[in-house]
Amino acid sequence: MTDDERLFQYLLRLGDSPLILAQRLGEWVGHGPILEEDIAQANVGLDLLGQARMWLTYAGEVEARFAPPGRSEDQLAFLRDSGEFRNLLLAEQPNGNFADTLARQFLFDAWHLPLLGALACSRDARIAEIAAKAAKEAAYHVERSGDWVIRLGDGTDESHAKMQAAIDDLWMYTGEMFTADAIELALIEAGIAADVRSLAPPWREHVEAVLREATLATPAGAFMQQGGKRGAHTEHLVHLLSEMQVLSRSHPGAQW
Amino acid sequence: MVIAAPNAQTAPRAIAPRPTLAALWQAASAVPDPEIPVLSVTDLGILRGLEWDEADSQTLVVIVTPTYSGCPATDMINASLRDALMAEGAPRVRVETRLAPAWTTEWITADGKRKLLEFGIAPPGAGRAKSAVATIDVSRLRTSRRDRSAQEPIACPRCGSAETQLLSQFGSTACKAHYRCLACLEPFDYFKPH
Repeated sequence: MTDDERLFQYLLRLGDSPLILAQRLGEWVGHGPILEEDIAQANVGLDLLGQARMWLTYAGEVEARFAPPGRSEDQLAFLRDSGEFRNLLLAEQPNGNFADTLARQFLFDAWHLPLLGALACSRDARIAEIAAKAAKEAAYHVERSGDWVIRLGDGTDESHAKMQAAIDDLWMYTGEMFTADAIELALIEAGIAADVRSLAPPWREHVEAVLREATLATPAGAFMQQGGKRGAHTEHLVHLLSEMQVLSRSHPGAQW
Repeated sequence: MVIAAPNAQTAPRAIAPRPTLAALWQAASAVPDPEIPVLSVTDLGILRGLEWDEADSQTLVVIVTPTYSGCPATDMINASLRDALMAEGAPRVRVETRLAPAWTTEWITADGKRKLLEFGIAPPGAGRAKSAVATIDVSRLRTSRRDRSAQEPIACPRCGSAETQLLSQFGSTACKAHYRCLACLEPFDYFKPH
């Protein structure tokens, strides 16, 4: 694998997680528990979609160097099959109830912000500038999602039970956020990728502090499901893509 | 163009004198933000520069920095800028997006902040601007969340009361938070420091 091929794979990983999570958040539009949160959810999704566009545009440009002409952001988003997506398994998990969605968001945001912070120092100038921009947005995301974990965890008996169940269910998808394979290790070595392994202790500290304040228990389970970063997904991604891609697949090249 | 211009005195475009950059800047400054129409692109600080393309002296390069990554107004702003600049006489216009340095609410002009307030949107305060830092200090984040009530209050843009309450971190757009005033009971948007 050449340097550019590795960089392309890495950019897909960076772009696919926000893309898939944005699609999930978009599913909430019109279904939020209150209007304000319906809008907030959509706005977070919009931020993530904008970030995904920047990562995937760059990915397509890098792809053009070894497989010209390379794909556009739209081709990458709408014309790949599930096995070609490199998003975290966490991002594709179904929305469930409001607690499930906010637990997923918080576990992701608490990782996303420090990841972007580290990437803002990447030796790849384009990665650094996208990350610096996205980090400003992610700071507001984690503030909101953390607040909701506390509000629901330290809320009624029912909201507490739902938030605890949500955290418990999603916990096994958090492990792969901190794994680095040969592709990432080479890019970490080159000063291009963020060393996600080093983000695990501060992430855990942050998450545990929020869970404590939320009167929730940190799950004890050690088993971690992995595979998203190499394209081995849960069955949920296929269903998500069928909705996300239907227009582009049915009307190739459609524009408005 | 194969059809000759009806007015014989009209010079072909290629040799028409270029408008000055100052005149073009003036024209671009009139382009409003589609979501907050009282603000222009220069009030917002997203128009970063105008220059003639080094390779093609008839092409004006417009440098724009987006506010938020997913801001849906970006395409419309770019199209409006192109229209305004061509109407002012720029033969060709190319809009370039520049990400770094990232846009910050500190670039909103004093005049822009005043217009926001008059429009009913609380302008961004100076104290809470966040910047992307190399290492995110988690303890600092937690503190910032806890200390929110201790921070400078966001005054109601309608009655001026400091007795206001955050309803949602995200208001009508990603760049705004949703507040309500506990004095006059009106809801309002707060342009978040960014």
